[in-house]
This record gives sequence, C-alpha cells and structure tokens, in this order.
Amino acid sequence: MESYTTQFGSLKSYQKGGVQVIADRVENYAFSNVFEICSSARPYERVVFGLNQIYVLEAVRAEGHSPWFLCAHDEFVLCMDGAARIDLVEVDVPRLPEDKLGAVSLPNPPEGTPMGWIRIQRGHQALLPSQCAYRFDSATPSVLVIQTCKGDLSVERWAEICQRTGAAEEAEGGR
Amino acid sequence: MSVAPVVSEETGALGANRFGYQKFALGSFSFERDEYFAHIAWSHGTHTMDVGDFLRALMRDVAWGFFYGYVHFDSVFGTCNHYGTVDVFAGTYNSNYKRAGVDELQNHPTDRVGATFVAMIEDWTNEGFDPFAAPMETGSPYGPNRGSNLEAVRRARSTATRCVGLDGDAPLRTDGSGYPVNRAFADVDQSEPEVHAEPGFEDRVHAFNLFAYLSRSDVTWNPSFTSVVKHSFMCPTTEEHILPIVHGNDRVEWFFQLSDEIHWDISTRDTAEPRSRVIMKPGDMAAMPADCRHQGFAPKRAMLLVWENGSPKIVDEISSGQAPVNPVDF
Ligand SMILES: [Fe+2]
Repeated sequence: MESYTTQFGSLKSYQKGGVQVIADRVENYAFSNVFEICSSARPYERVVFGLNQIYVLEAVRAEGHSPWFLCAHDEFVLCMDGAARIDLVEVDVPRLPEDKLGAVSLPNPPEGTPMGWIRIQRGHQALLPSQCAYRFDSATPSVLVIQTCKGDLSVERWAEICQRTGAAEEAEGGR
Repeated sequence: MSVAPVVSEETGALGANRFGYQKFALGSFSFERDEYFAHIAWSHGTHTMDVGDFLRALMRDVAWGFFYGYVHFDSVFGTCNHYGTVDVFAGTYNSNYKRAGVDELQNHPTDRVGATFVAMIEDWTNEGFDPFAAPMETGSPYGPNRGSNLEAVRRARSTATRCVGLDGDAPLRTDGSGYPVNRAFADVDQSEPEVHAEPGFEDRVHAFNLFAYLSRSDVTWNPSFTSVVKHSFMCPTTEEHILPIVHGNDRVEWFFQLSDEIHWDISTRDTAEPRSRVIMKPGDMAAMPADCRHQGFAPKRAMLLVWENGSPKIVDEISSGQAPVNPVDF
C-alpha cells in the first residue's frame, strides 16, 4: 500500500503558497502564513490574521510566561508548533461584563481557585473557558492560534503580514 | 423527458425507469439517471452530468442542509440557500444561459427540496459506492440499480455546540467508535493532551487532539463543527481529490491550511469568470470574499480548517452593503 507523509509547518521550516491573480486584487484574500507571522511577532502578541465581523483568529508566538488573560466568553487555543502549558484559575474578581468582547490581560496574578492545568502540543486544541483566568508557558518558541472575538489586545497589521503583489511569491522560511 | 404522474407527493418520485432508478419531479425540474449519467430537464433546457460527479455533489448539498449560499453542482445546475427556502437553478449563474433565456430558477420550501434530494441520493447510490469517500477509497457509481449504501449516505454531520469531546457534546473519534485512522494520515500523532483538572472543574478544563480527530475522519469535503464561540464556528475537514461542488459565498469565509496542500480556483460569484488561483500550504491563511465562488483540489488528503461566521444577520448585512464583501481593508 502507498505510504503517505503528512506535511505540517513549523517555525523552523515552512513553505508559503500564495495568490496568483488573474483579474483581482490580491488584498481581497488577506493571504498570510501563521509561521511567518510568529517568526517576527513579540511573545504573546495577539496578531489578528483572520477577521469576520466581531470574530478573529489570532496568531500567537508563545515563548516564556504570558501575562494572565481573562475573557467574558469562551475562547479556544490550537497549537500549531511546539508545546505550551496552560494554567487556569476561577477568579473571584474581576468578572468582566458579559458582553465584553475579546481577552484582557490582568495586571496582577488572579485571586481565585486553581482549576488545573493542561499541556498541549502540535495538533492539540484546548478550551479557555469564559470568565476564567489563564496563562501560557512555553519553554521554546511555539505557535498558537486563538479563536476569539476582536478585543483590546488584538493587533492588526494586515499590510505587514499579507501578500501584496499579485504574482505568485512562493516564499520559504525558517532557520 | 415526459413527466409521469407523481407516485410520491413527498419526494416527487415518479416510479422506476428501465435501469431500476426512480425518476423525480421538483417543480418544473425533472431528474433521471441511467448507467452513466444524471439527466436534468426543465421547461427550456436539458443538462447531463456524470452520475458519480452528480452524486458526490448531491451528497454534500444534502449533508450540509444546502450550506451557506450557493452549491453549484457544475457550471449549470445548483442550489442557493435562503434558510427556510432553497432556490433550485439551471443556468442562472452562467452568463450565456442567462443571455439566451434558457435558464430556470425555482424557489421551494427547504423541506420540499430536501425530501426529493434525500430520496434521490438514497435511490441512485449503489451498493459499494460511497459519495463521501475519495475516489481511490470507493467503488464504482455506474451501472444499473444495484442495491444501496444507506449507511454511507445517511451519515450525520458532526456538529459540536461548544467543543468536541465535552460531556454531552459531539464525541471524539476512536477505533472503537468506528473511526480508524485514515490511510493518508497513518503518521499523524495520536497523543492526547495532558489534562489535570482539580476536582469540580472537570467540565471546564478540557482539551483534545484535533489533528488526531481529523486523521480519523471517514469523509472528504464535509466540514464538521468542532469549537464554537458565539457565531464563530471552527469547521475543520479533510480534503482529498476535488471539492465535488463549486461553493458560491453569501458571506466571507476563511481557510486555514493545517496540513498538506490545496489549490483553489476562484471565480466571480454570479458569472463564473476566473479571478485568482490560491495555493495553500501548511500554516497559510486566506479569506474567500463574499462575492466569489471557489473549488479546491487536494493532491493528497489534507487537513483544512474552514472558519465560518454563522451570524443569522450576516447575509442581509452583506447583500444590503452594510458589511463588506472583503473582510479586511488595507
Ligand atoms: Fe466555501
């Protein structure tokens, strides 16, 4: 039987595809690559690379300890490269207003009840439950994607992360 | 094709032809299959499709409940979802058919179209042919009526309401539940995340292996919901060979390539003129604008995260111009 090798990308090694324009604007596709974004992002910066009205997908370079985050609604995190530990705390205060969109960072470690911890690696996805504080920790640079709403911490720099010319520009990256 | 008296009011079945397949009527459209082809006829035209291609397209339309927006079976025939009613059309989004006035569009209650399409997929799919499977993984769709494959065509689409694997939500896929790892993903890591929940927090400290879940998918080009934030739906899917339909958007959707490679042909939504090609490799992200139609090609089974906005207001917001057809302005 034919044997197959599944191709994944990583910070160390990724290949980018691209948009080949026929009669179009390349910007319509907001084409980017999560490993390229996270190669140059600051740790735990939440770089928006998918946007649909109030909803975003954020690309996050995980490296060392993150701040503590809190969000009024559920979020989900998917690990695309490396690994990360997630600590969860049920906070006493402050609860966010129910309609607050996106995560906020907490100035101090949260006071509350430890809920447990999770260790995810490539391909694993975790729930970041509403109104619970969480913190990431990653020993080596890793890549996370967060499903959430656009909020105070969401960083948009589309012109920098997206393909700008219509010819195929197949890039390769990594160290 | 002359229209015989309707045998079933519910499905529009007209009785079997000499190949053993039911003929169907839906408004002014009629549908008949022979050994190789599906034949569609309406008041001003006729159309022929390879029956394998037709059944693979029909299967997606049925399983997705007519999906978001337009499901083009090919450049002529398709459906458009109005969430309660469905347009069934031929040539409407093809400029020459339209110009010649040989196009047809009829709107019906969703249940009416659904009943006919479900009866058709069940009657026209032979034993040994699975319209959800990649072509290398299934038998032939051709020949006279030869049994059925109800188990395959009645698969329910997995739709988590919060997250796959939570108690009471969509279950994980395992060998035991009938989801072995697919041959193309035999090398995908099956480890589970380490989850350490303090007593009382087991229902909120949750993680699962999404790539392992996808490696065990037994269908192609059939997004399931795995995690939900308000109306933000993660709809990952495994793709191999050709998307059996051309999807016309009524909203922006996004593609995030998790593994391997998919090539997309993008055309104008209403007239099918080529706009772009998009080549996607692992880690690539691309929006599909709300005014495009698109079809994907996956040389090797690939994991694709389709990311949808299921807001009930979004179609009106886009069609009225309140929301842009391109998601980002820069
Ligand atoms: Fe689509």
